[in-house]
Amino acid sequence: MEKILTCIVCPLGCELCIDLEGKEIIEIKGNTCNRGKIYAENECISPKRTVTSTVKCTDGSLLSVKTDQPIPKEKVFDCMKIINQTTATLPVNIGDVIVKDVFGSNIVATQNKN
Amino acid sequence: MKDLVIIGGGPAGMSAALSAFDCGIKDILILERDSHLGGVLQQCIHNGFGLQKFGEELTGPEYAFRYEEKIIKSGIEVKLNTMVLDITEDKTVTATNPHDGIFQIKAKAVILAMGCRERPRGALNIAGSRPAGIFTAGTAQKLVNTKGLLPGKSVVILGSGDIGLIMAKRLTLEGAKVKGVFELMPYSGGLARNIQQCLNDFNIPLRLSHTVVEVHGKERVEGITVAEVDEKRVPIESTKEFIPCDTLLLSVGLIPENELSKSANVKISPVTNGALVDQNRQTSVSGIFACGNVLHVHDLVDFVSDEAEIAGKSAAKYINNDLSDSTEINIFTDGKIRYTVPQRITDLTDVKVYFRVNNIYKNVNIKVTDGINTLLTKKRPKVSPGEMESVTLKNDHLKNVKELHFSLEVV
Ligand SMILES: Cc1cc2nc3c(=O)[nH]c(=O)nc-3n(C[C@H](O)[C@H](O)[C@H](O)COP(=O)(O)OP(=O)(O)OC[C@H]3O[C@@H](n4cnc5c(N)ncnc54)[C@H](O)[C@@H]3O)c2cc1C
Repeated sequence: MEKILTCIVCPLGCELCIDLEGKEIIEIKGNTCNRGKIYAENECISPKRTVTSTVKCTDGSLLSVKTDQPIPKEKVFDCMKIINQTTATLPVNIGDVIVKDVFGSNIVATQNKN
Repeated sequence: MKDLVIIGGGPAGMSAALSAFDCGIKDILILERDSHLGGVLQQCIHNGFGLQKFGEELTGPEYAFRYEEKIIKSGIEVKLNTMVLDITEDKTVTATNPHDGIFQIKAKAVILAMGCRERPRGALNIAGSRPAGIFTAGTAQKLVNTKGLLPGKSVVILGSGDIGLIMAKRLTLEGAKVKGVFELMPYSGGLARNIQQCLNDFNIPLRLSHTVVEVHGKERVEGITVAEVDEKRVPIESTKEFIPCDTLLLSVGLIPENELSKSANVKISPVTNGALVDQNRQTSVSGIFACGNVLHVHDLVDFVSDEAEIAGKSAAKYINNDLSDSTEINIFTDGKIRYTVPQRITDLTDVKVYFRVNNIYKNVNIKVTDGINTLLTKKRPKVSPGEMESVTLKNDHLKNVKELHFSLEVV
């Protein structure tokens, strides 16, 4: 079976063509880089996504955050629930861990805030 | 008197300032009307920035901070909450802020880096009432990402530009139901990766060759009528369909913000709505440069930073009386290629020329001639209006050339 995917790793958005036999990958075509190949493999076995969102801060403002690793795609909404229940204590620097161990990733700040 | 005044502290303004600084210009002032540096990146909390520039995937605020950090370290002067009101041809800048009131600065060189704004609904001509619940996609982005407000629960998006796609995903993650993205053209103006990760991932339908023909609701949007359009983009009566929703987002394009440029007598291109520039990003007014979204709309911030570095370096050369103009070559396009930046070349050096096409084409040859001889061809498997292309002309190509013609041939 042939599966066509759009690579989401970078803005090039390469069209990937994956030759599949059941769950086994026979060949990947169309990728311009190795990251595209890894994306195609993951996408066929266990798709992953980076989540970006905001959390409330102790002063009522918002802080932008992301998962520092892509998480399983089917956990994205569960991850959003955790993010929406979180309040960050200020001050915060870029890269500070706001929530630890969320589906194999940490939720980290992408902004500085005093 | 200042050596260099930069209008706008977004990624373009910051990059331009840093490259001028690295070329030895220390007397620089950045004027920014917002309360922080970073421009539109502050509300772009999604990832996808910096892959070309830093080789890693950053969010908007992270990308902005890489530059802000350097600006702070360099000691370059920044005035925040400062709105520039006027620029004259002799490079006198008038601005105002709560601290200094209205003030004027004369500059040896000025860099325009004001970014762009969203095309509003007025420009669109949709029939029906004017209820609450209609937002541009960028306004919705600001509300959700910086104020924590959800513009509505049940949303339709008109236009498939990247901001609309990104907001479809963002609103879905925050619990709204996005009923569909409707695009007038037969292709999406957004990046392929955004169609995948913002729409397909959440089963949000993208309907091409469709438009909103009517908005329903008195006080608040209650629904919209959409219809398919024919080749002339005229809605087809028999395809009208009512979709209940409480919010309509418009993602129908960006326009460079050039009121100030016009007051300085800078010549504006009717195609890009930005200044006409040479390879140094110098406008028609000597000593005034432009870069970033105020010059032409970019989809990737990495290209904005590259362009701003050129403008910064060139401004530094101009201030040091070191900018040469040994030739005058105008660039013409065939329509399939909508525009190029720069539009003219004034020195015999290697020049990377950026351009956009007017439609999706497969298997094309990009051809550059001097009117008679072909100087260069470049093959591309696919080009689309949403993605900026480029060719690099070598110094050798430009010798004895008076004009350049860019054309696209489908092979
Ligand atoms: C919603 C959205 C999503 C995007 N997503 C991506 C993405 O995923 N990946 C990517 O690479 N790129 C993305 N981009 C593109 C990228 O963010 C822009 O190309 C880039 O920010 C443009 O930089 P700029 O400095 O030219 O403009 P801006 O960031 O708009 O900065 C212009 C600055 O000038 C200031 N200004 C304007 N007028 C005045 C005045 N009169 N006086 C003083 N200051 C003034 C403004 O306040 C602003 O801070 C996105 C853009 C938008 C709008």
